[in-house]
Amino acid sequence: MDLYSLTIKKIVQGLTDKEFSCKEIIDGFLDNIAQKDKTINAFITVLDKEAVKQAKAVDKIIAGGEELPSLAGIPIAIKDNILVKGQRATAGSKILDNYIAPYDATVIRKLKQAGAIIIGKTNMDEFAMGASGEYSAYGVTKNPSDLDYAPGGSSSGSAAAVAAGMSVGALGSDTAGSVRQPASICGIVGMKPTYGAVSRYGLIAMASSLDQIGPLSKNVEDSKILFDIIKGRDKMDSTSCEIGEEFGVKSKEVTELVIGLPEECSGKGIQKEVIEVLQESVKKLTDKGIKIETVKLPHLNYGVPCYYIITPAEVSSNLARYDGIRYGKSKSGDELLDTYLNSRGEYFGNEVRRRIMLGTYVLSSGYYDAYYLRAQKVRTKIVEDFKKAFEKVDIILAPTLPTLPFKLGEKTNDPLSMYMADLLTVPANLAGLPAISVPAGKSGKLSIGIQFFAPHFKEDLLFKIANFFENEIH
Amino acid sequence: MIDIEQVKHIAELARMSFTEKELEKFQKDLSAILDYVDKLKEINIDGVSPTSHSIDLKNITRIDEVKESDDELADDLINLAPHKKGRFIKVKPVF
Repeated sequence: MDLYSLTIKKIVQGLTDKEFSCKEIIDGFLDNIAQKDKTINAFITVLDKEAVKQAKAVDKIIAGGEELPSLAGIPIAIKDNILVKGQRATAGSKILDNYIAPYDATVIRKLKQAGAIIIGKTNMDEFAMGASGEYSAYGVTKNPSDLDYAPGGSSSGSAAAVAAGMSVGALGSDTAGSVRQPASICGIVGMKPTYGAVSRYGLIAMASSLDQIGPLSKNVEDSKILFDIIKGRDKMDSTSCEIGEEFGVKSKEVTELVIGLPEECSGKGIQKEVIEVLQESVKKLTDKGIKIETVKLPHLNYGVPCYYIITPAEVSSNLARYDGIRYGKSKSGDELLDTYLNSRGEYFGNEVRRRIMLGTYVLSSGYYDAYYLRAQKVRTKIVEDFKKAFEKVDIILAPTLPTLPFKLGEKTNDPLSMYMADLLTVPANLAGLPAISVPAGKSGKLSIGIQFFAPHFKEDLLFKIANFFENEIH
Repeated sequence: MIDIEQVKHIAELARMSFTEKELEKFQKDLSAILDYVDKLKEINIDGVSPTSHSIDLKNITRIDEVKESDDELADDLINLAPHKKGRFIKVKPVF
């Protein structure tokens, strides 16, 4: 069976039409994992037994002629910072090496209710801190298109699993681009919802004012299918809310949309090949009658420095919970204090320790105003840039990454150059906007993505334009 | 460049142990990142209010009430603790 060409929609159709059984589908994906994942290393845990058991149950429902739930039998891979009850959740860190999730995250509860099959937990940069997958404590994940290259991160395993036909869809988390960026590099679709559109109950927290769970998939249609299942207000997450029409949003037709092109995206710091792909994409859209206007995002280049104050600050508070006492790995000493010092010193990786240190510094007495408060004010400037731009246009278009995909090992010794990979994705997180990355071009074997941004809660427009673009380029 | 004593002080506040060699590496890394984020000083932020929440959402509150859960969940939670005695989590004396 050709698993590469399968989409969520095609599997649903195939099961309904009895073209194949659910067991065949799941066995196919599990075989692919068994063959390829020794090299690619996209999974930390494969839930093979559970998946086969569920597949048989789905086949029974089909045989009985009963109606199937919307995602019945669809294999979904889950980033290892999202809790699946009774399964290990490491968040890519040694400190959670032995952690078994005591409950389901809300997104998992929703996926299970819809009949989806959780096929495995995917590799990631430790606690989602990284842009290449190389900061995982469970080994690097390789780019399925070219094994010398990084798959992007931090949802490295989720992107590689979908790209390599080891799952048909996946969930990741996006704090600065961690869904869109690996999706772009692996040649698939990655979407970050509006802040609050999806519940984060059961997501291991990194930077709470920015984190969002989002889907990774083969195409835009599948992305929307997954988003529609996981979205919505959840009483277990007070930052979550209802979206779309409940929020008074009215949708436009795709041909009525005006797309804004930030002039900053064709300038300094953006690689020539990336600008070319952007220009070709713009041409394809204008050829189809879509109106393009230039917009200004004057504070675009301040997104990364702003992020690298806000995030470490939030990280240093969120990761204070790993104390070697309540859960996770522990290394005791003579006194209570030694248990903290040893456990955290021993089991956190370098990037995590770097961010905790930085966050502790910027929040320490006497530095708050100079760093954290200043960054929050710059964040306001970035939010205002987008507000202004969206007065003129409906959607904003930009490359997903400022550069071509990079090789494994290329940036691991230089934290700052790794941080710059977030240049064009982080503004959506700082402003809370929904954004989607779709494949737009190639450089050799590797993919180049572009992303669309929409105003808050206008996911509908985002899927419409991305779907339109996707259909036009194929 | 932040001085090494300051790095040690932060490490203490962050409750993480480091080797001397690691401290030097972190001193270098942290200084480079702090120099980079200084870029934010280029922006005039007079009269700008800070953003901590990007969405226009009012506070959502709920009644703080105790909810029943089964013993199984309580056991699962206690079982996650590295050191325990019966149904208690064991810690070193605080004093």
